[in-house]
Amino acid sequence: MPNVANILAIFRRELRSYFNSPVAYVVIVVFLAIIGWFFTSNLFLMNIASLRVVFELVPLVLLFFVPAITMRLLAEEKKSGTLELLTTKPVRDGEIILGKFLAAWILLAAALLPTLIYVITLLVLGAPDPGPIVTGYLGLLLMGAVTIGIGLFASSITENQIVAFIIGFLIILVFFLMDKVLMYVPEGLASTIEFLGIDYHFGNIARGVVDSRDVIYFLSLLTFSLCCATVSLERRKW
Amino acid sequence: MAIAVRNLTKTYNGQPAVDDISFDVRTGEILGFLGPNGAGKTTTMKIITCHMPPTGGTVEVDGLDIFDHSLAVRRKIGYLPEMNPLYMDMNVLDYLAYSAELHGIRGSAATGRIREMVHLCGLESVHFKDIGELSKGFRQRVGLAQAMIHDPEVLILDEPTSGLDPNQIVEIRHLIRQLGQAKTVILSTHILPEVQATCDRVIIINDGKLVADGSPEQLQRQYQSGESLTVELKTPSTDPLQELAPKLRVLAHVNAVTLAAHERGVARFDLAVEKGQDVREAAFRLAVSEGWIVLEMHRRVTTLEEVFHKLTTA
Repeated sequence: MPNVANILAIFRRELRSYFNSPVAYVVIVVFLAIIGWFFTSNLFLMNIASLRVVFELVPLVLLFFVPAITMRLLAEEKKSGTLELLTTKPVRDGEIILGKFLAAWILLAAALLPTLIYVITLLVLGAPDPGPIVTGYLGLLLMGAVTIGIGLFASSITENQIVAFIIGFLIILVFFLMDKVLMYVPEGLASTIEFLGIDYHFGNIARGVVDSRDVIYFLSLLTFSLCCATVSLERRKW
Repeated sequence: MAIAVRNLTKTYNGQPAVDDISFDVRTGEILGFLGPNGAGKTTTMKIITCHMPPTGGTVEVDGLDIFDHSLAVRRKIGYLPEMNPLYMDMNVLDYLAYSAELHGIRGSAATGRIREMVHLCGLESVHFKDIGELSKGFRQRVGLAQAMIHDPEVLILDEPTSGLDPNQIVEIRHLIRQLGQAKTVILSTHILPEVQATCDRVIIINDGKLVADGSPEQLQRQYQSGESLTVELKTPSTDPLQELAPKLRVLAHVNAVTLAAHERGVARFDLAVEKGQDVREAAFRLAVSEGWIVLEMHRRVTTLEEVFHKLTTA
Protein backbone atom coordinates (compact mmCIF):
# COMPACT_ATOMS: atom_id res chain seq x y z
CA MET A 1 0.00 0.00 0.00
CA PRO A 2 1.67 3.26 -1.05
CA ASN A 3 2.01 5.87 1.63
CA VAL A 4 0.01 8.87 0.42
CA ALA A 5 1.73 11.28 2.81
CA ASN A 6 5.12 10.42 1.29
CA ILE A 7 3.79 10.91 -2.22
CA LEU A 8 2.37 14.30 -1.23
CA ALA A 9 5.64 15.35 0.42
CA ILE A 10 7.58 14.59 -2.73
CA PHE A 11 4.89 16.16 -4.90
CA ARG A 12 4.99 19.42 -2.93
CA ARG A 13 8.77 19.64 -3.03
CA GLU A 14 8.87 19.06 -6.79
CA LEU A 15 6.13 21.54 -7.49
CA ARG A 16 7.80 24.18 -5.34
CA SER A 17 11.08 23.48 -7.07
CA TYR A 18 9.39 24.13 -10.44
CA PHE A 19 8.01 27.45 -9.30
CA ASN A 20 11.14 28.49 -7.39
CA SER A 21 13.19 28.28 -10.57
CA PRO A 22 12.56 29.93 -13.93
CA VAL A 23 11.63 26.52 -15.42
CA ALA A 24 7.91 26.74 -14.76
CA TYR A 25 7.54 30.34 -15.88
CA VAL A 26 9.57 30.02 -19.08
CA VAL A 27 7.78 26.84 -20.06
CA ILE A 28 4.31 28.22 -19.30
CA VAL A 29 4.93 31.49 -21.13
CA VAL A 30 6.25 29.75 -24.23
CA PHE A 31 3.37 27.28 -24.14
CA LEU A 32 0.78 30.04 -23.85
CA ALA A 33 2.41 32.12 -26.57
CA ILE A 34 2.25 29.26 -29.04
CA ILE A 35 -1.31 28.26 -28.14
CA GLY A 36 -2.34 31.93 -28.20
CA TRP A 37 -1.03 32.32 -31.71
CA PHE A 38 -2.98 29.30 -32.96
CA PHE A 39 -6.09 30.45 -31.19
CA THR A 40 -6.13 34.07 -32.30
CA SER A 41 -5.12 33.42 -35.89
CA ASN A 42 -7.90 30.86 -36.14
CA LEU A 43 -10.51 32.99 -34.44
CA PHE A 44 -9.91 36.34 -36.08
CA LEU A 45 -8.68 35.33 -39.50
CA MET A 46 -11.11 32.53 -40.14
CA ASN A 47 -13.96 33.69 -37.95
CA ILE A 48 -14.61 30.27 -36.42
CA ALA A 49 -15.71 30.11 -32.78
CA SER A 50 -14.11 26.77 -31.99
CA LEU A 51 -11.06 25.36 -30.26
CA ARG A 52 -10.73 22.56 -32.80
CA VAL A 53 -7.58 23.92 -34.41
CA VAL A 54 -6.05 24.50 -30.99
CA PHE A 55 -6.75 20.94 -29.91
CA GLU A 56 -5.27 19.66 -33.16
CA LEU A 57 -2.01 21.50 -32.53
CA VAL A 58 -1.56 21.17 -28.77
CA PRO A 59 -0.35 17.54 -29.01
CA LEU A 60 2.47 18.77 -31.21
CA VAL A 61 3.39 21.37 -28.60
CA LEU A 62 3.26 18.75 -25.83
CA LEU A 63 5.80 16.73 -27.78
CA PHE A 64 8.40 19.39 -26.93
CA PHE A 65 6.89 20.77 -23.77
CA VAL A 66 6.56 17.55 -21.75
CA PRO A 67 10.14 16.25 -22.08
CA ALA A 68 11.30 19.73 -21.11
CA ILE A 69 9.44 19.60 -17.81
CA THR A 70 10.17 15.96 -17.01
CA MET A 71 13.84 15.75 -18.00
CA ARG A 72 15.18 16.98 -14.69
CA LEU A 73 12.86 15.06 -12.38
CA LEU A 74 15.12 12.07 -11.77
CA ALA A 75 18.21 12.77 -13.87
CA GLU A 76 19.10 15.78 -11.75
CA GLU A 77 18.70 13.88 -8.50
CA LYS A 78 20.85 11.08 -9.84
CA LYS A 79 23.57 13.46 -10.91
CA SER A 80 23.66 15.51 -7.71
CA GLY A 81 23.40 12.43 -5.50
CA THR A 82 20.24 13.56 -3.73
CA LEU A 83 18.50 10.42 -4.99
CA GLU A 84 20.54 8.55 -2.42
CA LEU A 85 18.99 10.72 0.29
CA LEU A 86 15.53 9.80 -0.95
CA THR A 87 16.15 6.08 -1.34
CA THR A 88 17.62 5.78 2.15
CA LYS A 89 14.57 7.45 3.68
CA PRO A 90 11.61 5.19 4.51
CA VAL A 91 10.04 5.90 1.12
CA ARG A 92 9.26 3.36 -1.59
CA ASP A 93 10.58 3.87 -5.10
CA GLY A 94 7.04 3.85 -6.46
CA GLU A 95 6.11 6.69 -4.11
CA ILE A 96 9.00 8.78 -5.45
CA ILE A 97 7.80 8.18 -9.00
CA LEU A 98 4.16 9.00 -8.20
CA GLY A 99 5.05 12.20 -6.34
CA LYS A 100 7.18 13.44 -9.19
CA PHE A 101 4.61 12.45 -11.77
CA LEU A 102 1.90 14.41 -9.96
CA ALA A 103 4.08 17.52 -9.74
CA ALA A 104 4.75 17.54 -13.48
CA TRP A 105 1.09 16.85 -14.21
CA ILE A 106 -0.07 19.73 -12.05
CA LEU A 107 2.46 22.00 -13.77
CA LEU A 108 0.96 20.98 -17.09
CA ALA A 109 -2.53 21.67 -15.75
CA ALA A 110 -1.29 25.06 -14.52
CA ALA A 111 -0.07 25.80 -18.03
CA LEU A 112 -3.45 24.83 -19.46
CA LEU A 113 -5.42 26.84 -16.93
CA PRO A 114 -4.86 30.30 -18.51
CA THR A 115 -6.13 28.94 -21.84
CA LEU A 116 -9.61 28.91 -20.26
CA ILE A 117 -9.57 32.62 -21.14
CA TYR A 118 -9.89 31.55 -24.76
CA VAL A 119 -12.91 29.48 -23.83
CA ILE A 120 -14.49 32.47 -22.13
CA THR A 121 -13.68 34.64 -25.14
CA LEU A 122 -15.41 32.12 -27.38
CA LEU A 123 -18.45 32.00 -25.14
CA VAL A 124 -18.67 35.78 -25.28
CA LEU A 125 -18.11 36.14 -29.00
CA GLY A 126 -19.98 33.16 -30.31
CA ALA A 127 -21.82 29.99 -29.43
CA PRO A 128 -19.30 27.16 -29.46
CA ASP A 129 -20.33 23.56 -28.89
CA PRO A 130 -19.34 22.95 -25.24
CA GLY A 131 -19.00 19.16 -25.59
CA PRO A 132 -15.76 19.01 -27.61
CA ILE A 133 -14.23 21.75 -25.46
CA VAL A 134 -14.78 19.87 -22.21
CA THR A 135 -13.64 16.56 -23.64
CA GLY A 136 -10.77 18.29 -25.41
CA TYR A 137 -9.42 19.46 -22.07
CA LEU A 138 -9.99 16.01 -20.59
CA GLY A 139 -8.10 14.52 -23.52
CA LEU A 140 -5.23 16.96 -23.04
CA LEU A 141 -4.94 16.04 -19.37
CA LEU A 142 -4.96 12.32 -20.21
CA MET A 143 -2.49 12.71 -23.01
CA GLY A 144 -0.36 14.95 -20.81
CA ALA A 145 -0.35 12.30 -18.09
CA VAL A 146 0.81 9.60 -20.49
CA THR A 147 3.54 11.73 -22.03
CA ILE A 148 4.72 12.80 -18.57
CA GLY A 149 4.93 9.13 -17.58
CA ILE A 150 7.09 8.49 -20.64
CA GLY A 151 9.23 11.56 -19.92
CA LEU A 152 9.68 10.45 -16.32
CA PHE A 153 10.84 7.05 -17.50
CA ALA A 154 13.33 8.74 -19.85
CA SER A 155 14.59 10.79 -16.92
CA SER A 156 15.04 7.67 -14.81
CA ILE A 157 17.43 5.93 -17.18
CA THR A 158 20.13 8.58 -17.33
CA GLU A 159 21.74 11.24 -15.19
CA ASN A 160 22.09 13.61 -18.12
CA GLN A 161 19.11 15.93 -18.58
CA ILE A 162 19.75 16.50 -22.29
CA VAL A 163 19.79 12.76 -22.90
CA ALA A 164 16.59 12.46 -20.86
CA PHE A 165 14.96 15.14 -23.02
CA ILE A 166 15.96 13.50 -26.28
CA ILE A 167 14.94 9.99 -25.24
CA GLY A 168 11.62 11.26 -23.87
CA PHE A 169 11.01 13.23 -27.04
CA LEU A 170 11.79 10.25 -29.26
CA ILE A 171 9.53 7.82 -27.40
CA ILE A 172 6.65 10.29 -27.39
CA LEU A 173 7.32 11.01 -31.09
CA VAL A 174 7.01 7.32 -31.91
CA PHE A 175 3.60 7.11 -30.20
CA PHE A 176 2.61 10.41 -31.79
CA LEU A 177 3.49 9.30 -35.32
CA MET A 178 1.91 5.85 -35.14
CA ASP A 179 -1.45 6.84 -36.60
CA LYS A 180 0.25 9.02 -39.22
CA VAL A 181 2.40 6.40 -40.91
CA LEU A 182 -0.35 3.91 -41.61
CA MET A 183 0.19 4.06 -45.34
CA TYR A 184 3.67 2.59 -44.87
CA VAL A 185 2.66 -0.41 -42.77
CA PRO A 186 1.16 -3.71 -43.97
CA GLU A 187 -2.61 -3.62 -44.06
CA GLY A 188 -3.02 -6.37 -41.47
CA LEU A 189 -1.07 -4.35 -38.92
CA ALA A 190 -2.60 -0.99 -39.69
CA SER A 191 -5.44 -1.10 -37.20
CA THR A 192 -3.15 -2.29 -34.39
CA ILE A 193 -0.62 0.42 -35.09
CA GLU A 194 -3.35 3.00 -35.28
CA PHE A 195 -4.72 1.85 -31.94
CA LEU A 196 -1.29 2.38 -30.34
CA GLY A 197 -1.09 5.95 -31.64
CA ILE A 198 -1.49 8.54 -28.94
CA ASP A 199 -2.88 11.21 -31.25
CA TYR A 200 -5.54 8.82 -32.59
CA HIS A 201 -7.07 8.39 -29.13
CA PHE A 202 -6.72 12.07 -28.33
CA GLY A 203 -8.46 12.89 -31.59
CA ASN A 204 -11.34 10.60 -30.65
CA ILE A 205 -11.81 12.23 -27.28
CA ALA A 206 -11.35 15.78 -28.61
CA ARG A 207 -14.18 15.18 -31.05
CA GLY A 208 -16.50 15.12 -28.07
CA VAL A 209 -16.93 11.40 -27.49
CA VAL A 210 -15.39 9.89 -24.39
CA ASP A 211 -15.12 6.24 -25.28
CA SER A 212 -13.95 3.80 -22.61
CA ARG A 213 -11.50 2.32 -25.13
CA ASP A 214 -9.63 5.61 -25.39
CA VAL A 215 -9.66 6.18 -21.64
CA ILE A 216 -8.43 2.64 -21.00
CA TYR A 217 -5.70 3.13 -23.58
CA PHE A 218 -4.43 6.24 -21.82
CA LEU A 219 -4.68 4.75 -18.34
CA SER A 220 -2.92 1.54 -19.29
CA LEU A 221 -0.12 3.34 -21.13
CA LEU A 222 0.26 5.65 -18.13
CA THR A 223 0.44 2.72 -15.69
CA PHE A 224 2.91 0.96 -17.94
CA SER A 225 5.21 3.97 -18.23
CA LEU A 226 5.14 4.64 -14.47
CA CYS A 227 5.93 0.98 -13.80
CA CYS A 228 8.84 1.18 -16.23
CA ALA A 229 10.12 4.28 -14.43
CA THR A 230 9.84 2.54 -11.04
CA VAL A 231 11.63 -0.55 -12.28
CA SER A 232 14.30 1.62 -13.83
CA LEU A 233 14.79 3.37 -10.47
CA GLU A 234 15.04 0.01 -8.76
CA ARG A 235 17.63 -1.07 -11.27
CA ARG A 236 20.38 0.13 -8.90
CA LYS A 237 19.43 -2.90 -6.81
CA TRP A 238 20.12 -5.46 -9.53
CA MET B 1 20.86 -0.74 18.52
CA ALA B 2 23.37 -3.26 17.29
CA ILE B 3 24.37 -3.80 13.69
CA ALA B 4 25.52 -7.22 12.53
CA VAL B 5 27.27 -7.53 9.18
CA ARG B 6 27.85 -11.10 8.04
CA ASN B 7 29.94 -12.22 5.06
CA LEU B 8 28.99 -9.11 3.13
CA THR B 9 30.00 -9.24 -0.52
CA LYS B 10 29.31 -6.83 -3.34
CA THR B 11 30.58 -7.24 -6.87
CA TYR B 12 30.36 -4.72 -9.68
CA ASN B 13 30.59 -6.43 -13.06
CA GLY B 14 32.39 -9.36 -11.51
CA GLN B 15 34.88 -7.12 -9.66
CA PRO B 16 34.51 -7.47 -5.91
CA ALA B 17 34.19 -4.10 -4.18
CA VAL B 18 33.43 -5.64 -0.81
CA ASP B 19 34.73 -9.13 -0.22
CA ASP B 20 33.31 -11.24 2.58
CA ILE B 21 33.30 -8.68 5.38
CA SER B 22 31.86 -9.50 8.81
CA PHE B 23 31.73 -7.23 11.82
CA ASP B 24 29.46 -6.11 14.63
CA VAL B 25 28.73 -2.66 15.91
CA ARG B 26 27.49 -2.55 19.47
CA THR B 27 24.89 -0.15 20.80
CA GLY B 28 26.30 3.24 21.70
CA GLU B 29 29.59 2.65 19.98
CA ILE B 30 31.30 5.09 17.61
CA LEU B 31 32.92 2.97 14.97
CA GLY B 32 35.59 4.39 12.69
CA PHE B 33 35.60 2.87 9.25
CA LEU B 34 39.01 3.27 7.67
CA GLY B 35 40.49 2.35 4.36
CA PRO B 36 42.12 3.89 1.33
CA ASN B 37 39.91 5.36 -1.38
CA GLY B 38 38.15 2.60 -3.27
CA ALA B 39 38.52 0.08 -0.45
CA GLY B 40 34.77 -0.47 -0.21
CA LYS B 41 33.80 1.84 2.66
CA THR B 42 31.12 3.73 0.76
CA THR B 43 29.76 0.54 -0.79
CA THR B 44 29.37 -1.05 2.64
CA MET B 45 27.57 2.03 3.93
CA LYS B 46 25.25 2.15 0.93
CA ILE B 47 24.31 -1.44 1.61
CA ILE B 48 23.64 -0.90 5.33
CA THR B 49 21.45 2.12 4.52
CA CYS B 50 19.40 0.07 2.01
CA HIS B 51 20.44 2.11 -1.01
CA MET B 52 21.51 -1.05 -2.76
CA PRO B 53 21.47 -4.71 -1.86
CA PRO B 54 24.58 -6.86 -1.36
CA THR B 55 25.58 -9.56 -3.82
CA GLY B 56 25.96 -11.93 -0.88
CA GLY B 57 25.81 -11.94 2.89
CA THR B 58 23.41 -10.27 5.29
CA VAL B 59 23.14 -7.14 7.38
CA GLU B 60 20.88 -6.89 10.40
CA VAL B 61 20.10 -3.66 12.17
CA ASP B 62 18.62 -4.31 15.59
CA GLY B 63 17.80 -7.83 14.46
CA LEU B 64 15.96 -6.63 11.33
CA ASP B 65 17.26 -7.79 7.99
CA ILE B 66 17.94 -4.90 5.59
CA PHE B 67 16.24 -6.75 2.78
CA ASP B 68 13.12 -8.13 4.46
CA HIS B 69 12.45 -5.07 6.63
CA SER B 70 13.92 -2.37 4.46
CA LEU B 71 11.50 0.40 5.45
CA ALA B 72 11.78 -0.38 9.17
CA VAL B 73 15.58 -0.36 8.96
CA ARG B 74 15.58 2.94 7.07
CA ARG B 75 13.44 4.47 9.81
CA LYS B 76 16.14 3.66 12.36
CA ILE B 77 19.04 5.01 10.34
CA GLY B 78 20.22 8.56 9.77
CA TYR B 79 22.58 8.80 6.83
CA LEU B 80 24.96 11.43 5.60
CA PRO B 81 26.16 10.29 2.15
CA GLU B 82 29.59 10.96 0.75
CA MET B 83 29.93 14.47 -0.76
CA ASN B 84 26.83 15.48 1.24
CA PRO B 85 24.29 15.88 -1.57
CA LEU B 86 21.64 18.53 -0.82
CA TYR B 87 18.88 20.34 -2.68
CA MET B 88 20.62 23.61 -3.47
CA ASP B 89 17.37 25.42 -4.33
CA MET B 90 15.70 24.79 -0.96
CA ASN B 91 16.18 26.86 2.14
CA VAL B 92 17.42 25.21 5.31
CA LEU B 93 14.08 25.11 7.13
CA ASP B 94 12.16 23.82 4.11
CA TYR B 95 14.74 21.14 3.56
CA LEU B 96 14.63 19.98 7.18
CA ALA B 97 10.82 20.02 7.06
CA TYR B 98 10.93 17.88 3.92
CA SER B 99 13.32 15.41 5.54
CA ALA B 100 11.10 15.23 8.63
CA GLU B 101 8.02 14.69 6.49
CA LEU B 102 9.60 11.79 4.64
CA HIS B 103 10.26 10.24 8.03
CA GLY B 104 6.60 10.63 8.91
CA ILE B 105 7.19 13.47 11.38
CA ARG B 106 4.55 16.15 10.82
CA GLY B 107 2.84 19.09 12.44
CA SER B 108 4.03 20.36 15.80
CA ALA B 109 6.32 17.36 16.33
CA ALA B 110 8.16 18.34 13.15
CA THR B 111 8.40 21.99 14.18
CA GLY B 112 9.89 20.93 17.50
CA ARG B 113 12.44 18.58 15.95
CA ILE B 114 13.46 21.15 13.34
CA ARG B 115 13.97 23.82 16.01
CA GLU B 116 16.03 21.37 18.04
CA MET B 117 18.22 20.43 15.08
CA VAL B 118 18.73 24.04 14.04
CA HIS B 119 19.87 24.79 17.57
CA LEU B 120 22.01 21.68 17.97
CA CYS B 121 23.78 22.12 14.64
CA GLY B 122 24.20 25.87 15.02
CA LEU B 123 22.08 26.81 12.01
CA GLU B 124 20.18 29.74 13.58
CA SER B 125 21.96 32.38 11.52
CA VAL B 126 21.27 30.71 8.18
CA HIS B 127 17.91 28.98 8.52
CA PHE B 128 16.18 31.15 5.90
CA LYS B 129 19.01 30.95 3.39
CA ASP B 130 19.05 28.71 0.35
CA ILE B 131 21.39 25.77 0.86
CA GLY B 132 23.19 26.72 -2.36
CA GLU B 133 24.32 29.97 -0.73
CA LEU B 134 25.86 28.31 2.31
CA SER B 135 29.53 27.65 2.95
CA LYS B 136 30.76 24.10 3.02
CA GLY B 137 30.87 24.01 6.80
CA PHE B 138 27.24 25.06 7.09
CA ARG B 139 26.22 22.61 4.39
CA GLN B 140 27.85 19.84 6.36
CA ARG B 141 25.85 20.87 9.41
CA VAL B 142 22.66 20.86 7.34
CA GLY B 143 23.60 17.34 6.21
CA LEU B 144 24.04 16.26 9.82
CA ALA B 145 20.80 17.96 10.89
CA GLN B 146 18.99 16.13 8.08
CA ALA B 147 20.48 12.80 9.16
CA MET B 148 19.44 13.42 12.77
CA ILE B 149 15.98 14.87 12.15
CA HIS B 150 14.08 11.73 13.15
CA ASP B 151 16.30 11.05 16.17
CA PRO B 152 17.63 7.81 14.66
CA GLU B 153 19.24 5.17 16.78
CA VAL B 154 21.94 4.60 14.18
CA LEU B 155 23.95 7.30 12.43
CA ILE B 156 25.96 6.46 9.34
CA LEU B 157 28.29 9.22 8.22
CA ASP B 158 30.37 8.88 5.08
CA GLU B 159 33.38 11.17 5.32
CA PRO B 160 31.61 13.85 7.35
CA THR B 161 34.64 16.13 7.52
CA SER B 162 36.00 15.93 3.99
CA GLY B 163 36.68 19.30 2.41
CA LEU B 164 36.34 21.29 5.63
CA ASP B 165 38.93 23.63 7.08
CA PRO B 166 40.68 22.64 10.33
CA ASN B 167 38.39 24.75 12.52
CA GLN B 168 35.27 23.30 10.92
CA ILE B 169 36.69 19.80 11.29
CA VAL B 170 37.06 20.35 15.02
CA GLU B 171 33.48 21.69 15.22
CA ILE B 172 31.96 18.80 13.27
CA ARG B 173 33.99 16.29 15.23
CA HIS B 174 32.75 17.83 18.43
CA LEU B 175 29.20 17.72 17.13
CA ILE B 176 29.51 14.05 16.22
CA ARG B 177 30.90 13.26 19.67
CA GLN B 178 28.02 15.10 21.25
CA LEU B 179 25.35 13.53 19.05
CA GLY B 180 26.95 10.12 19.24
CA GLN B 181 26.64 9.78 22.99
CA ALA B 182 23.37 7.91 22.90
CA LYS B 183 23.63 6.49 19.41
CA THR B 184 25.38 3.86 17.41
CA VAL B 185 27.59 5.65 14.92
CA ILE B 186 29.51 4.39 11.92
CA LEU B 187 31.87 6.99 10.58
CA SER B 188 34.08 6.59 7.54
CA THR B 189 37.11 8.72 7.02
CA HIS B 190 40.67 8.67 5.93
CA ILE B 191 41.77 11.34 8.36
CA LEU B 192 43.41 9.28 11.06
CA PRO B 193 43.66 11.80 13.91
CA GLU B 194 39.91 12.09 13.55
CA VAL B 195 39.51 8.44 14.40
CA GLN B 196 41.70 8.77 17.44
CA ALA B 197 39.71 11.81 18.52
CA THR B 198 36.22 10.45 18.01
CA CYS B 199 36.05 6.68 17.72
CA ASP B 200 35.78 3.91 20.28
CA ARG B 201 36.63 1.27 17.77
CA VAL B 202 38.26 1.08 14.37
CA ILE B 203 37.79 -1.19 11.41
CA ILE B 204 40.29 -1.04 8.59
CA ILE B 205 39.39 -2.44 5.21
CA ASN B 206 41.60 -2.74 2.18
CA ASP B 207 40.64 -4.01 -1.27
CA GLY B 208 37.23 -4.98 0.05
CA LYS B 209 38.66 -7.12 2.84
CA LEU B 210 38.66 -6.55 6.56
CA VAL B 211 42.25 -6.23 7.75
CA ALA B 212 41.94 -4.94 11.30
CA ASP B 213 39.30 -4.54 14.01
CA GLY B 214 39.88 -3.07 17.48
CA SER B 215 40.18 0.09 19.53
CA PRO B 216 42.74 2.63 18.28
CA GLU B 217 44.99 1.78 21.26
CA GLN B 218 44.67 -1.95 20.65
CA LEU B 219 45.65 -1.58 17.03
CA GLN B 220 48.61 0.55 17.90
CA ARG B 221 49.80 -2.00 20.42
CA GLN B 222 49.16 -4.92 18.12
CA TYR B 223 51.07 -3.55 15.18
CA GLN B 224 53.84 -1.94 17.15
CA SER B 225 57.26 -3.04 15.99
CA GLY B 226 59.05 -1.37 18.88
CA GLU B 227 59.29 1.99 20.49
CA SER B 228 61.80 4.66 19.92
CA LEU B 229 63.17 7.29 22.21
CA THR B 230 64.52 10.59 20.97
CA VAL B 231 67.11 12.28 23.18
CA GLU B 232 68.60 15.70 22.54
CA LEU B 233 71.81 16.41 24.45
CA LYS B 234 73.96 19.49 24.78
CA THR B 235 77.57 18.41 24.67
CA PRO B 236 80.92 20.03 23.94
CA SER B 237 82.01 16.85 22.18
CA THR B 238 82.90 17.29 18.50
CA ASP B 239 82.24 13.66 17.64
CA PRO B 240 79.17 12.55 19.59
CA LEU B 241 78.70 9.45 17.46
CA GLN B 242 82.03 8.06 18.68
CA GLU B 243 82.02 9.46 22.18
CA LEU B 244 78.38 9.43 23.34
CA ALA B 245 76.59 6.83 21.27
CA PRO B 246 78.41 3.75 22.62
CA LYS B 247 77.50 4.76 26.17
CA LEU B 248 73.83 5.04 25.23
CA ARG B 249 74.00 1.77 23.36
CA VAL B 250 74.99 -0.21 26.44
CA LEU B 251 71.83 0.81 28.33
CA ALA B 252 69.54 -2.16 28.96
CA HIS B 253 66.85 -2.82 26.25
CA VAL B 254 68.41 -0.40 23.75
CA ASN B 255 68.85 -2.16 20.43
CA ALA B 256 70.44 0.55 18.34
CA VAL B 257 71.51 4.17 18.52
CA THR B 258 71.60 6.54 15.60
CA LEU B 259 72.72 10.13 15.48
CA ALA B 260 69.89 12.05 13.88
CA ALA B 261 71.46 15.52 13.98
CA HIS B 262 74.46 17.31 15.36
CA GLU B 263 74.58 21.06 15.26
CA ARG B 264 76.13 23.79 17.42
CA GLY B 265 76.98 21.48 20.26
CA VAL B 266 73.56 19.80 20.33
CA ALA B 267 73.36 16.13 19.42
CA ARG B 268 70.11 14.35 18.73
CA PHE B 269 69.98 10.59 19.08
CA ASP B 270 67.30 8.11 18.14
CA LEU B 271 67.30 5.04 20.35
CA ALA B 272 65.50 1.92 19.17
CA VAL B 273 64.02 0.35 22.26
CA GLU B 274 62.60 -3.12 22.81
CA LYS B 275 58.83 -3.36 22.64
CA GLY B 276 57.14 -2.40 25.88
CA GLN B 277 60.29 -1.13 27.61
CA ASP B 278 60.79 2.33 29.05
CA VAL B 279 64.42 3.45 29.17
CA ARG B 280 63.86 7.12 29.90
CA GLU B 281 64.95 6.89 33.51
CA ALA B 282 68.13 4.99 32.67
CA ALA B 283 68.94 7.47 29.93
CA PHE B 284 68.43 10.37 32.31
CA ARG B 285 70.68 8.83 34.99
CA LEU B 286 73.35 8.19 32.39
CA ALA B 287 73.18 11.80 31.23
CA VAL B 288 73.49 13.04 34.82
CA SER B 289 76.47 10.85 35.58
CA GLU B 290 78.17 11.87 32.33
CA GLY B 291 77.37 15.54 32.81
CA TRP B 292 75.32 15.82 29.57
CA ILE B 293 72.58 18.37 29.55
CA VAL B 294 69.26 16.88 28.46
CA LEU B 295 67.41 19.39 26.30
CA GLU B 296 64.66 17.10 25.16
CA MET B 297 63.58 13.53 25.55
CA HIS B 298 60.43 11.91 24.21
CA ARG B 299 59.05 8.50 23.44
CA ARG B 300 57.48 7.82 20.12
CA VAL B 301 55.00 4.94 19.78
CA THR B 302 53.55 3.55 16.58
CA THR B 303 50.87 5.91 15.33
CA LEU B 304 47.62 4.88 13.75
CA GLU B 305 49.03 6.30 10.50
CA GLU B 306 51.77 3.71 10.59
CA VAL B 307 49.33 0.92 11.39
CA PHE B 308 47.11 2.07 8.54
CA HIS B 309 50.02 2.32 6.14
CA LYS B 310 51.30 -1.09 7.09
CA LEU B 311 47.92 -2.76 6.66
CA THR B 312 46.83 -1.12 3.45
CA THR B 313 50.01 -1.25 1.40
CA ALA B 314 50.78 -4.93 1.43
